[in-house]
Amino acid sequence: MTATRSMIEHHTYENGLVLVAEAMPNVRSAAFTMLLPAGAAYERAPARAGFGGAATMTAEWISRGAGSRDSRALLTALDNLGANHAESAQTLHTSLAVATLGKNLVPALEIFADMILRPHLDDDEVEPIRGLCLQNLRSLEDDPGSKVIYELRRRHFPDPWGRSSAGTPEGVAALQPDHLRSFLNETYRPNGAILGVAGAIDWPALKDAVGELFAAWPERPAPPIEEHPAGPNRDHIHRDTQQTQIALAYPASTVASPDYYDCRAVAAILGGYSSARLFTEVREKRGLCYSVYAAYEGQLDRAALFCHAGSTPERAQETLDVMLGEIARLGRDGVEPDELETMRAGLKSSLIMAQESSMSRSAALASDWFHLGRVRGLAEISAAFDALAVDAVGDYAARLGRELAPTILTLGPAPLRQPPE
Amino acid sequence: MAFHHTTLANGLEVIAELDDRAYSVAAGFFVKTGSRDETRDLAGVSHFLEHMTFKGTAARDALAVNRDFDKVGAKHNAQTSEEDTLYHVTCLPEYLGQAFEVLSDILRPSLRVEDFETEKQVIIEEIRMYLDNPMSVAYEAAKSAHFGDHPLGNSILGTVESIQALEAARMRAYFERRYSPANIVLAFAGAAEWAPLLEMARRCCGEWSGGPAERTALPVKGASAFQSILRPDDHQQIVVGVSDGPPLESNDRYAAHLLATILGDHTSSRLYWSLIDPGLADGAEISYQDYNQAGAFYTFLSCEPEGVEANLERIAQVYRAGDALDLQEQELGQAKNKVLARSVLRGERPMGRLASLGFHWMYRHEYISVEAELDAYAAVTRDDIERLRAQWPLWPPTLVSAGPLAHPRPAP
Repeated sequence: MTATRSMIEHHTYENGLVLVAEAMPNVRSAAFTMLLPAGAAYERAPARAGFGGAATMTAEWISRGAGSRDSRALLTALDNLGANHAESAQTLHTSLAVATLGKNLVPALEIFADMILRPHLDDDEVEPIRGLCLQNLRSLEDDPGSKVIYELRRRHFPDPWGRSSAGTPEGVAALQPDHLRSFLNETYRPNGAILGVAGAIDWPALKDAVGELFAAWPERPAPPIEEHPAGPNRDHIHRDTQQTQIALAYPASTVASPDYYDCRAVAAILGGYSSARLFTEVREKRGLCYSVYAAYEGQLDRAALFCHAGSTPERAQETLDVMLGEIARLGRDGVEPDELETMRAGLKSSLIMAQESSMSRSAALASDWFHLGRVRGLAEISAAFDALAVDAVGDYAARLGRELAPTILTLGPAPLRQPPE
Repeated sequence: MAFHHTTLANGLEVIAELDDRAYSVAAGFFVKTGSRDETRDLAGVSHFLEHMTFKGTAARDALAVNRDFDKVGAKHNAQTSEEDTLYHVTCLPEYLGQAFEVLSDILRPSLRVEDFETEKQVIIEEIRMYLDNPMSVAYEAAKSAHFGDHPLGNSILGTVESIQALEAARMRAYFERRYSPANIVLAFAGAAEWAPLLEMARRCCGEWSGGPAERTALPVKGASAFQSILRPDDHQQIVVGVSDGPPLESNDRYAAHLLATILGDHTSSRLYWSLIDPGLADGAEISYQDYNQAGAFYTFLSCEPEGVEANLERIAQVYRAGDALDLQEQELGQAKNKVLARSVLRGERPMGRLASLGFHWMYRHEYISVEAELDAYAAVTRDDIERLRAQWPLWPPTLVSAGPLAHPRPAP
């Protein structure tokens, strides 16, 4: 049993595109994740006036005909390659992801090169895309658990860094083909793009193929960003739902920061596994909810630790109080050595098991490169977790709620008592 | 890849598909019991019992169960369906002994009254969480409307009232009837060796006792009913359709799965081109679900309330498609390529293989390798698909609508 059988390679092409790849010895599949610096954050300033949604609409548009294929021929070709694919925009990136058999990897990349470099951008497709995106926004309104997280991110991060890629109804209704073309011209650029590939691959052949496919992609300057303050830090959204949704966001350390692993340890100890603090105290001991978790989101210059639970309105106040109480107790009393050991075991197992999935590896490679400009090996991550100390993790937890002040949002029939800012 | 199986003296069946190239190993107990095995006054007991197993045993309380899984980094979970309850764990091979010791321990739970009352609250929270999800509401109601009094129409979660009324003693009696070793299959997948696995299974489960558990699995013909649930605050209209399909005992399940892929896969299917590509709906899919002696095709539609009637008519057109689908070899080939690649990708993880292994063995007493499954899909012909369509017409299905529109009119 060796966990270090893999080989990680990388190459930066002349136009700035980065290829980072890992050959996985025991799989027949191969997967790639192309991160384009084309997330909702790069929608131009009018987004604030209600033009949000360009990133998602553009990601849909490029799949509707590219190169020599019309929309139907393109999706058929991907099906025939057995390519499971997803094109989606997030806040920072537009992500194009494919998993298929290793032998079909380069043919699938050829189709995606067409989508990025030679999309048809037929005006007639924009109305159907608008219809689809408007309906997605309506479905989001009917999903309180997702809605509260979208709204929390918008309140916690300064705009545009908390922007939802789903956009706004006003924005999606107003965007014209030329707006989307401008968005694509500005943001679909090789400098800032990262292609992560993992699985049954042949590195020299892959490096040459990617070079040929994307050589004609011209560099472009990064679009300017105008930041606006976040807030409000305390809020409630009225909905006549069966459960009240409770969502908290604390500022956290970025992936590149020296206390990143302390931060991840705190997130895991709070809500990353079944004997974690929040699950134990909120669900197991008190039966206040079905789902409660803590999760980490890292961007380059900011990051957040999110906590979420849903409870019936009569019990929601107690749920919020217990969540805040547990976070405070972790800061006051610190972590137990056993907890640190459990957290290490869980994270290391996840890392090793990820070696069985070309899809999750390709995404991790691209993400590491984005955050660090390199890929962390298994040994490096394991060593970092091993080096964690009870005191340092406890000190990090003690900052939550103090200098790391939370944003709190609830959604349900009635507001809750929230602690003052 | 090697397959092994045996039956312990107490009737517990043990199977394993071993692959020394895997990084992990998965283990699962497949208990042949679910909501279809419940009487009305026990509605939701199978799923509630699944929660209760994690609340502790003679040797462990609930916190120790979670802690003992977590300290070896094991990923554990459980799920309850209409006919099965599956408990599973995935971990690194060196920790299988410890993780399996916990998993097998919880299959003999204490079912303490105080834990029962606390967990009741969690189940009620879960029920209410799904009541906030219009697709879940429509799906539950559609199963109930379609299967009527047949137990496949039973709700998996039960209702707030049925859970509140449930007593711990009734759950204990249900456990005694349903969790006997002869009603359970233990499956392993991934990096392990057969002899030590078997020794471990004997050590941890060899003392389990209990008589045979019966299930009455009668065939059922659906009602083609129509029902509408008014949810004035919702934004989208949801429709769930149910049509009869071949049972899991039939080899037509491969053709049924391919037919569903052709008609209503989430991308590049006939429903996709008819409804999603033109932006008329944000969800339009059909999938095939096999059951013990029954089968169903489930249709899911999510769209603006104003568009629902026209969209149902479009779905009807896709499903009726004249006398024949006019299915081209190329379209069938495309669906096969999709299904084959997904099987290979899923099969690369031990956890991805576990469910398929266990269920095939429980209901067919058959081992089907990934290769054999790929061959079975490859062998399906256009004639098979047309014969299936003739035998199991998709339209008119049972339809349940949920959303702001009170009475959408279904196409005839």
